Amino acid sequence: MGFITGFFRFWYDFVVGDAWDIAAGIVVVLILGGLLARADVLAEQQLTLLIGAGIVAVVGCSLFFEAQRRAKAAG
Amino acid sequence: MFTPAAIALITTTAIASAVEVVEAFTIVLAMGLTRSWRAAIVGTLAAFAALALVTFVIGVTLKDLVSESVLQLVIGTLLLIFGLQWLRKAILRSSGLKALHDEDETFREEQAAARAAGRETRMGLDWFAFVVSFKGVFLEGLEVVFIVITFGLAAMNSDTARVENGMWYAAGGAVLAAVIVLTAGAVAHKPLSAVPENTMKYAVGLLLATFGTYWTAEGIGYFSPTGDSLHWYGAGDIPWPILGIFIAWLVLSRIAVSGLRQLPAARTALAARETAGAGLKPIVAGTATAT
Repeated sequence: MGFITGFFRFWYDFVVGDAWDIAAGIVVVLILGGLLARADVLAEQQLTLLIGAGIVAVVGCSLFFEAQRRAKAAG
Repeated sequence: MFTPAAIALITTTAIASAVEVVEAFTIVLAMGLTRSWRAAIVGTLAAFAALALVTFVIGVTLKDLVSESVLQLVIGTLLLIFGLQWLRKAILRSSGLKALHDEDETFREEQAAARAAGRETRMGLDWFAFVVSFKGVFLEGLEVVFIVITFGLAAMNSDTARVENGMWYAAGGAVLAAVIVLTAGAVAHKPLSAVPENTMKYAVGLLLATFGTYWTAEGIGYFSPTGDSLHWYGAGDIPWPILGIFIAWLVLSRIAVSGLRQLPAARTALAARETAGAGLKPIVAGTATAT
């Protein structure tokens, strides 16, 4: 049991690290991107651009929340 | 054989991998000096063997068993999550909201942990030194594997600067980095804190985030009715989209740093850093940071 927990813990730390919000945000962008691709409602160039913008938004939100957290911690 | 593109590939991979090798070297050095060189070296060799196995399994799976769009999606997503973590840390470090990475401090912490740990011998080895060395080298080595895969695949798929067998050249760059760092480390016999790690990590984070964004978006095409990779605006012989994404990440990261530096917590931290003379090495005049 310890080995399995340790195994998954290692991969979680390696891939997700201390920024779980980025990993979760990317998964959301992928799901939405996949749904839009399946629906075939946008030109491929528009879809890639939209996915890129989504990724940037994820990083922006992560930084914003981190800044707020640190500002709160600093009093 | 060694075309300009191949030399550029080897150099880029070597520089990117050097950061990871320096970190792994610090851990092994701390274990060797504090606990047992034998256990530290066996741990390192065991990690190399495990890395070779993982790389082989991943390589065979990706090369032979999946379509191009799935390959782009899987590698792109991992690169993205991974590269964005680096970029996020670099932005926070550059803005003062996170402490700069200090190899000397890491070395001291590793040595303190090694001294505090109890003695346990397994298979004739100091188990603590073996495990810590193995974990350190394996973790940093996995990051090198990602770097090699990214740059190798990118070079092999480039229309303008294609490098046949790019993966081998990229792997050669990583080996070159290991040789240089280990030689320098053996001569210096101390952590290589003079290496501008924070700046290099920022640059590698930018590159990984760029390729990750590019490939993930293309790989989403797997879910389209045709299952083929998507294409960016301007995709063609010259990789304009990659250049554009790189510039976008660079500009956005600098804007984020400037914005975050206005926060009171960041100002206080930056002032303290400056007072302590915490090794600030300006990248460009006016940007007093080593991200």
